[in-house]
Amino acid sequence: MARELSRQALRGLLREIRPESDFEASRDFLSDGMLDSFDMVALVAALDEACGISIDGADILPEHFQNLEAIAGLLRRYGVRP
Amino acid sequence: MQVNVLEYFEQGALAAQRHKTAVVDQERSFTFDEIARYAKNCAALIVERGTGVNQPVAVFLPKSAATIVADLGILYSGNCYANLDVKSPPERLRATLRGLGSSLIITRSAHAQVLGALGVSEHQLLRIDDAMKPQADHDSAALEARRERIIDTDPLCIIHTSGSTGTPKGVVLSHRGTIDFMDWAFSRLALDGGETIGSLSPFYFDIYTLELYFCLAKGATLVLIPEQCAAFPMKLLEFVAQHAITFVFWVPTIMVNIANQDLLSRRNPGSLRKIFFAGEVFPTKSLNYWRRHLPSALFVNLYGPIEISVDCTYFVVDRDLLDDEKLPIGFPCRNTDILILNERDQPAERDEVGELCVRGSSLALGYWNSPERTAQAFVQNPLNPHYPELIYRTGDLVYRNARGEIMIVGRRDFQVKHLGYRIDLGEIEHAALQVQAIGNACAIYDAGRKEIALVFESGEELSAAAIRERLAAYLPKYMLPTVFHRVDQLPRNPNGKIDRHLLARGGVQFNGA
Repeated sequence: MARELSRQALRGLLREIRPESDFEASRDFLSDGMLDSFDMVALVAALDEACGISIDGADILPEHFQNLEAIAGLLRRYGVRP
Repeated sequence: MQVNVLEYFEQGALAAQRHKTAVVDQERSFTFDEIARYAKNCAALIVERGTGVNQPVAVFLPKSAATIVADLGILYSGNCYANLDVKSPPERLRATLRGLGSSLIITRSAHAQVLGALGVSEHQLLRIDDAMKPQADHDSAALEARRERIIDTDPLCIIHTSGSTGTPKGVVLSHRGTIDFMDWAFSRLALDGGETIGSLSPFYFDIYTLELYFCLAKGATLVLIPEQCAAFPMKLLEFVAQHAITFVFWVPTIMVNIANQDLLSRRNPGSLRKIFFAGEVFPTKSLNYWRRHLPSALFVNLYGPIEISVDCTYFVVDRDLLDDEKLPIGFPCRNTDILILNERDQPAERDEVGELCVRGSSLALGYWNSPERTAQAFVQNPLNPHYPELIYRTGDLVYRNARGEIMIVGRRDFQVKHLGYRIDLGEIEHAALQVQAIGNACAIYDAGRKEIALVFESGEELSAAAIRERLAAYLPKYMLPTVFHRVDQLPRNPNGKIDRHLLARGGVQFNGA
């Protein structure tokens, strides 16, 4: 599995989960109510699959899922290039 | 003799621990005294609106202490509450409100707009903030007189659940059923006021019933866990530790998540003493993980559809179970009888599979404004030809093992349990048919992968995102399919019905979503 996920591909994953939300415009997905517990489970599974990684449960924290940069930052720690 | 649930409060926490913290929400904490004062103020406002008694009053508020004030206010006014999901999609909310026909809705200004868009007029709304003021503003004697008119078979609350026609069913629960369940739980499961309850479920679920009356009767503090914690299990465990929560009644989904990620090794919520769960099957492997990390906690598996006051069977996990051994749903709660009826409507033998049917005062009173659906689900006890006696047919297939424990096997219809929510697949199909390009649709559930798939007939290519967006107008989040398959034609069985079993087995070629 390619350890690479472009910004566009990340947006695509989020759009699959929440088609009605504009993830580019939001600085804080959580306070804007864009990701709830169902979405988080789906998002982590989608990221694991797309990047061939396994995100550690202790890393599933609000600060790592606040916006596109935060998610990209988390993925970088797992060796996934943007 | 206790005839209404308010007596729990009046003779329980309010008499003994008036100034103790009753509820902690994200904004602040409230004493029992404050809750009572606000609730009675709210009741007075309801009475002013000219409502009678035993009428449904809808509550359209996010989970908060204000919802509890509204619910108790409604009870003090002699009426029954129906807590609604503020995140409900507009069409579903409209159908729910239409079915309920409530003349009054309690809300806050921030949410009044949503109701206004659905055509609810301003004079139907009551704002909870008008009741939550420091001074008492009610006539206690007048409220007591109204309460005196309530008997134990009157409605306590209405809880909505998925219905195959696209309109949620409003299950009407009584004071009696709730009192019976709570009294049993207090004594059998040793619930006392020393506990701190960590509430995670929405208030439009029946887990709330146990949490609320436990809090009011025994003076246990009810801490409302911020919704965001459900999305971040590590945060949830930190919250539990921070607030020294001792009692939880959760849906297994989140607990399985925590087990899968081995989070208890990193953040052990050592304060937990009693862990109840219900709503879906808790895989024994995950339960064993929890038991290993919290060896002195009491684990209780509860079972019961919404049509029963909270739950009707329970299993105290009091022996070691193998990881691949199924967890029993156990034994009937007191004053509730469980019949396991085989295909001939006769009591099933040991190990013989039959439908779990419930008998007793724990049964719901029926579905609100829906005599036909009520008559289908609540039927005469086939073992009693002598006088009218209703049983509720749950649709759950079960058997009794050699230990006498009830074991669950599956369903006899198209209802599924997904993430703790009860879903009628027919409701998803009904919504799918509202999407213009979809000619026909079948929803199937993969319990192993916990996935709802929608197989649909369409001449056009439709993206998954586009379908989800359309379905979201009718279905709550947890009901949205995550997998989509397009077919030219759905497979049919010999009598012309959609062949669900063939689809579920994967015996169909798809065109792709």
